[in-house]
Amino acid sequence: MNIINFTPYSALTGGLLIGFAAFIFFIFNGRLSGVSSIASDSIIKNENRYDNILFLFGLIIGPILYSLSGNKVESVLTNSLPLIIVAGLLVGFGTKIGNGCTSGHGVCGISRFSIRSIIATISFILTGVVTVLIFGI
Amino acid sequence: MTKLSSLLSGIIFGLGLTISGMVNPQKVLGFLNIFGDWDPSLMFVMVGAIIIFSPLHFTFKRKSRPFFAQSFIIPSKKDIDKSLILGAILFGIGWGLVGLCPGPAISAISFLNINVYIFVLFMFIGFYLGNLLLLKK
Repeated sequence: MNIINFTPYSALTGGLLIGFAAFIFFIFNGRLSGVSSIASDSIIKNENRYDNILFLFGLIIGPILYSLSGNKVESVLTNSLPLIIVAGLLVGFGTKIGNGCTSGHGVCGISRFSIRSIIATISFILTGVVTVLIFGI
Repeated sequence: MTKLSSLLSGIIFGLGLTISGMVNPQKVLGFLNIFGDWDPSLMFVMVGAIIIFSPLHFTFKRKSRPFFAQSFIIPSKKDIDKSLILGAILFGIGWGLVGLCPGPAISAISFLNINVYIFVLFMFIGFYLGNLLLLKK
């Protein structure tokens, strides 16, 4: 194992902001900011539908504000269409039946000391590690 | 009012994802590449978010109700069931294939990359299929 590209300060700063965003959503809306649930509930009729859509809209505005303030944002995604399609389906289906993703289980769930979330987070990180080990970056 | 706090929370969340570098799938894959060239940044993002959200939300929950809602909505499920584990595993595979999870995928819509749109489209199809399965049960 070699450690490369490690950016502890920006990672921690971004993380603190994410925690703060989750806190705002919690104290005002009384809800946990699990993005997979917010996203999947934005396509079905429910009382929070427009809150969900606005939260997602905010997620899109975030990077735009950051680049407008003169910062460079890097984002490199594979060009392989089959990989993108399969991964998209797996991420959507998996987080739906598993009740959460990196934010819902990984951040909010672990913060609440939820055993379900701790187990889910360990499971998806381990599976992610094995997947990268097999398929490469 | 919940709409305003949803938008605000989404924007801060999106800024956090951007500053931390998590909107870059390559950086996420770097974290999952523990056995190769490892980038531990994602761990710092999670820790940063948890050290803010965990104590603040516990303190607030004990003292108050949400400002714009009747009560807190917190998952009550406690059992470790098959769908939690299977869901987390499938999500982990999708995550490891391309390096996108739901939050960063939505934020990445701002980069105007057609492949991101395809991913998001199939992620929503995945949500839909997962929902069908859950409704059947």
